[in-house]
Amino acid sequence: MSMCWADPMETANTLVLRGGAKAAPHRTIPAVGTNYAPWYGGLLAGLAWLAAALVTGAWDDVNEWTYTAQLAAIEAAIGGVLLAVGLAGSLSGPVLARVKTSGAWLVALGLAATGWEAVTAKLMWLPPPFFVPPQGLLEAYLDDWPRLFECAYHSIALLGVGFAFGAATGFVVGVSIGWSRAAAYWGHPILRLIGPLPPVAWLPVAFFLFPSSWSASVFLIALATGIPVAILTWSGVSSVPSSYYDIARTLGGKERFLVLRVAIPAALPHVFVGLFMGLTSAFVVLVVAEMMGVKAGLGWYLQWAQGWAAYGNMYAALLVMAVVCSSLVTLLFKVRNHLLSWQKGLVRW
Amino acid sequence: MVALAQAEPAVLPGMAVSIEHVDHSFDLDGQVLPVLSDVSLDIQPGEFVALLGPSGCGKSTLLRLVAGLDTPKSGSIEADGLPIAGPDPSRVVVFQDPTLYPWRTVHDNVALGLQAQGLLKSHRHRIGEAISLVGLDGFAKAFPQQLSGGMAQRAALARALVNDPRLLILDEPLGKLDSITRISMQSELVALWQRSNFTTLLVTHDIEEALFMATRLVVFSGRPARIKADIVIERPYPRHRSDPYLTGLRHKAMELLGLAETW
Repeated sequence: MSMCWADPMETANTLVLRGGAKAAPHRTIPAVGTNYAPWYGGLLAGLAWLAAALVTGAWDDVNEWTYTAQLAAIEAAIGGVLLAVGLAGSLSGPVLARVKTSGAWLVALGLAATGWEAVTAKLMWLPPPFFVPPQGLLEAYLDDWPRLFECAYHSIALLGVGFAFGAATGFVVGVSIGWSRAAAYWGHPILRLIGPLPPVAWLPVAFFLFPSSWSASVFLIALATGIPVAILTWSGVSSVPSSYYDIARTLGGKERFLVLRVAIPAALPHVFVGLFMGLTSAFVVLVVAEMMGVKAGLGWYLQWAQGWAAYGNMYAALLVMAVVCSSLVTLLFKVRNHLLSWQKGLVRW
Repeated sequence: MVALAQAEPAVLPGMAVSIEHVDHSFDLDGQVLPVLSDVSLDIQPGEFVALLGPSGCGKSTLLRLVAGLDTPKSGSIEADGLPIAGPDPSRVVVFQDPTLYPWRTVHDNVALGLQAQGLLKSHRHRIGEAISLVGLDGFAKAFPQQLSGGMAQRAALARALVNDPRLLILDEPLGKLDSITRISMQSELVALWQRSNFTTLLVTHDIEEALFMATRLVVFSGRPARIKADIVIERPYPRHRSDPYLTGLRHKAMELLGLAETW
C-alpha cells in the first residue's frame, strides 16, 4: 500500500511531458502501425495453458477420470484468452492492467497445471488415491458443490458468531482492565493464567459443559479471539500518554469522555493487532472443533472426505478453506485501513 | 460550569487568581522532594504574568496546580475567590508539546473542548474562527503529523482559545520551536491577549521572551521554588527588544538568577 500522497510515477510523467517536444505523447495503437508490440508475458502464459490443455485432452488417462475433457476445455479457453490478450499487446484497461502485472504467475500456473496433470492422471508417478489430478478437484466442485457451499456457509457463520462475541468481550475486558484498578486487580491474574493456554486445550471441557457442539465451538472461538484482543486492548489503553488525559481534563472532559474519546481511539492500533492475532487463532479452533464434534463446516468436510477416501474432495475443500480464510484476513485489513487511515505517513503502512 | 453559565464570550473579564502560602512536594520512593515553598501571588484580571526561573524549579508544577490537574499539599489557590477543585475549561493550558490527538484532524482537535462540554452543536462556528485566529486557514482537514512544529502549536492554541478561557495558562508553549517561529509567535500571542480579556500565566525560561510579552515578571529561585522578585514591566505594546528599559530589566533578572557574570 502506498504511503505517498503524490504518485511518483505521475509526477515523473508530468515532468517528462513538461520537458518539451522530445517526449512523444504515448497513444495506444492496437495491433497495427510501427508502435505495435505484443505482450510477451501473455503469449507465454497462453502457450503454457494450451500445453496444459493438450496434455490433459490428447494424452489418455491411466485410469479414466470423468471430467478430463471438461478440464481440457477450460484450460484451452484460458490459454486462448491469454493468447488473444498477448497478441493485442498495447490494449489497456483496469482489468487488463491487473492481469498484466500477474503475467509471470499466469505462466507458472499454466506450467504447474501441465506438470500436475502429467505426474498424476497420465503417468501415475504419484500414487492414487492420495494424489489427485486437477480434474479430481473439478469433479468435486461440479458434483458436490451444494454440500461444499453449505459447509463453507456453516464455517463462516460459526466463525463470525464466535469472532464477534470474542472480539466484543475481549475489547470490553481489555478497556476495563486498562482503565480501572479494580478490574485490573481481578482481571490481570486471570488473564495471566488463562492467556497462554492454547484454546484447543479447552475442547474436551467445552464439549461437555455446553448443551450443543455448536455453542461449545462458539465459546472456543470466542475464547481464542477474546484473549489476544483483551491483552492487546489492555496494553493499548495503558500505554496512552498521560498528557492526552491532561489535555482532555483541562478542556472539561469527564471520565466517560476520557475513556470513549481518548483512551479507546488511542488504543485502536493495538486493538487491531489483537484482532489479527485472534482471527488466526480462531481459524485453528474452528477447524479443530469441526473435526472433533461439529457435524457441519469445512473442517468436518475434510474429515468426512478423508474417511471416505475422496481425496479430490478433500483438496477441493482445503482450497475453499484457504480462500475463505485469506478473504477474511483481507476484509479485516480493509476495516483497519479505513478506521486507522490517520496512521498513513505516521507508521510504515 | 463557569463557561456554561456565562454565555456571551467577548465580554467576559479575565480571571483573578490568588495563590496563598502554597507548599508542594513530590514523593519519590518514600523521599519527600519539596518543589514549591511558601508561594504567594495575587494576579489581577487581565494581567499577563510571566513566571521565570531555572529549569526544573517547580514553575510548571505551579501551573498544574492553578489548572487544577494537581492539588497543593498546603496553602490555597483561588480563582475569582473560589477555591480551585479541579480542571475547568475556563482555565485552559497550552503545554510545551502541542499534544494534538494524532487520530483527529486539526478541526476535530480544536473541537475537543466543545465536544467534551457538550457544546459542539451550539458553538460549532467557533471552531473555524479559532482556526483562523491562529492563522491555520486551509489546514482544518490536515492531520497533526502533517503539520510543522509551529503549526502544531498554533493548532494547540486554537484548541485552547475555542473555549473562551478566562485564564490562559502557557507552559513554555514556544520552548520547542525554532527561534524565527518563536519570535513571530511571541508577537501573535501578545496580540491575541490584547484583543481578548483573558488573564495569562506564562512559564518560560527565556528572559527576553518574558520581558517582551508580560506585564509582570515573577522570578523564582531554584528548587524548591520561592518567589525572589515580582517586577511590573511598565512598557506599552508593541514593545521593542532593543528598548533600554527592557535591557535594564534583563540585566536585573539575570542578576536574580545568579547569571550576572555573563552580562
